[in-house]
Amino acid sequence: MTTRTDGRDEDTGREGEPSPSELLSLYEQMLLIRRAEERLRDEGAAGRLPGEVHLYIGEEAVAVGVCAHLSDSDYATSTHRGHGHFLAKGGDLRAMFAEIWGKDEGICRGMGGSMHVADLSKGILGANGIVGAGMAIAAGAAFGAKLDGDGNVAVCFFGDGAANQGVLMENLNVSTLWGLPLVFVCENNTFSEFTPSREVTAGRIADRARAFAMPTVEVDGNDVVAVWNAAGEAVERARSGSGPSFIEAHTYRIQGHFESERFVLSGGRYREDEEIAAWLDRDPIARLGERLVAIGVADDASLAAAEARVMERVAEAVAFAEAGMPADPALAEELMFVREEV
Amino acid sequence: MARRRLIQAVGDALAEEMRRDPKVIVYGEDVELSITGDTRGLHDMFGHDRIRNTPICEATLTGMAVGLAAAGYRVVVHMMFSNFFYTGMDAIGNQMSKLRLMTGGQVELPITVIAGYGGGAANAAQHSDSAYPMLLNLGGINVLTPSTPADAKGLLKTAIRGRNPSFFLEPSGRGGEIGEVPDGDHLVRLGVAAIRREGTDATIVAIGRMVKPALAAAESLAAQGVSAEVIDPRTLVPFDETTVLSSVEKTGRLVVVDEARERCGVASQIAAVVAEKGFASLKGPVRRVATPNVAIPYAPNAEAHVLPGAERITAAVLELVGAVRRLPA
Repeated sequence: MTTRTDGRDEDTGREGEPSPSELLSLYEQMLLIRRAEERLRDEGAAGRLPGEVHLYIGEEAVAVGVCAHLSDSDYATSTHRGHGHFLAKGGDLRAMFAEIWGKDEGICRGMGGSMHVADLSKGILGANGIVGAGMAIAAGAAFGAKLDGDGNVAVCFFGDGAANQGVLMENLNVSTLWGLPLVFVCENNTFSEFTPSREVTAGRIADRARAFAMPTVEVDGNDVVAVWNAAGEAVERARSGSGPSFIEAHTYRIQGHFESERFVLSGGRYREDEEIAAWLDRDPIARLGERLVAIGVADDASLAAAEARVMERVAEAVAFAEAGMPADPALAEELMFVREEV
Repeated sequence: MARRRLIQAVGDALAEEMRRDPKVIVYGEDVELSITGDTRGLHDMFGHDRIRNTPICEATLTGMAVGLAAAGYRVVVHMMFSNFFYTGMDAIGNQMSKLRLMTGGQVELPITVIAGYGGGAANAAQHSDSAYPMLLNLGGINVLTPSTPADAKGLLKTAIRGRNPSFFLEPSGRGGEIGEVPDGDHLVRLGVAAIRREGTDATIVAIGRMVKPALAAAESLAAQGVSAEVIDPRTLVPFDETTVLSSVEKTGRLVVVDEARERCGVASQIAAVVAEKGFASLKGPVRRVATPNVAIPYAPNAEAHVLPGAERITAAVLELVGAVRRLPA
């Protein structure tokens, strides 16, 4: 766990600063997620992935800024756009790629795929193909953590689309009522699948949590330091037994809902190129890179070195996935139940 | 042996397992007072951390069970009526029944869901379903349908100690029925049917609440010179095919009694299993006695009209036996 910096603003979480080594780590993690997903984008476009992928490009600051405060004994639930959460929470890139390639070496032995990457040993309770489903799972894990009483917390990542599911209200209610060590992280990327969220969302999402008197903050989700600060407060509140918090991180989905959407949309559009371009100017990785150089924590050479390290890891993960054994079809039968003698 | 009501046997099982393992947690709507009585008294015994009332939010209750189980607890969720599975269905159908496979076997989910099911009490359509056939179709869930206090206790204890999600279905309105329950740590294995009455002319497989009318039918059939064997599968997943197939091999005739609706009900499943694996033994068609494909009506006479009862079971067996007797030698 990171230590708090003095003078942090309760409302915006903008003040305070991670240490130089933490900043470099945040940068390299975001970059790893970005380059890994760009590779998935390209592999998918080339027809080399068996299934579809939902990419997190542009939203990396949220997962990385939040998970910096978590350890393996904390829990996180994720979304269908879950590669970033998996990697930020400590999941192994090679095992994730092998999973997406449908290989036995995959983190879920090829049985889950992109939308279901999970690593229970690291508290990653799984990406989830059902919008909003992670909330109650995280609340259950948080209930367990509270009963355990050893300061572990659960984080629930979900999107603006999931915020319109009724389970949000249910989980805001029960987590407040029971004082659960739970952090709601709404990644508002402005799209509910193929519909701009403003067309399907009444009011402000954060106000839904405020209605429960839950500590709530809205942050620039493309500013990893802002996310880091807000998450630091929320996680600390949960660890200390002061109950749940809500973070709405405003960000943007650069890619489509899924990568091959142009084939199903038949030319239909739900946004303008100018909008994408405007958000590319606020890219969280470029922004942090510029900031690191400006404050003297990094220079062009050290950023290039980080780039090289990341690219090597991505290439190695692709090679690992490609060389993997095909998934074992017999697992489908074997794994539905735990075999037991009772 | 002790004489216990069915709800007492359920309460005994919960108390014993909660005492045995501090990781057993019980929650649900009104479990502290308990409208059926099965969890009554447990809050005084074990306190708020072990058993607590929840808001009415089934989608969250079932989802929380997944997270709490993944965090190392043995979770018992009381959902009151099986109709409420429908409002809690995402976590049942998309999470707890699939997560083990989806995670490549990383996760174990020791979850037991308790609910009453079935009609007979003028509870009307939204509190009278036998909502278990859909559970069988999910793949990764055990389905338990005890018909006696002893089995209720033994099956529930086995489910709570188990490593898979299990649904424990209490026959609504039968909680007061009394039966002998063995003393000590009484466990009943899943997937082992009980032969409630032996017979030679026809096999009646009766599920849960239907065992009682099936036994009444067998009694009346005996008076008419027809010897019916009554099998109580006790669990639908896993299902004891061997006992059913052996019985059909002996009798050559099968009637399946299921309180769920006929279309895609468990009777249909059992009929299919026997048609595939026991066809050579059959002397006539398999007959299903089930609730027709309707919502359960409120008025007691209308409700009695749609629910399977001893008369319909008796008639089905007689028709099978008679049809075969009319065949040329």
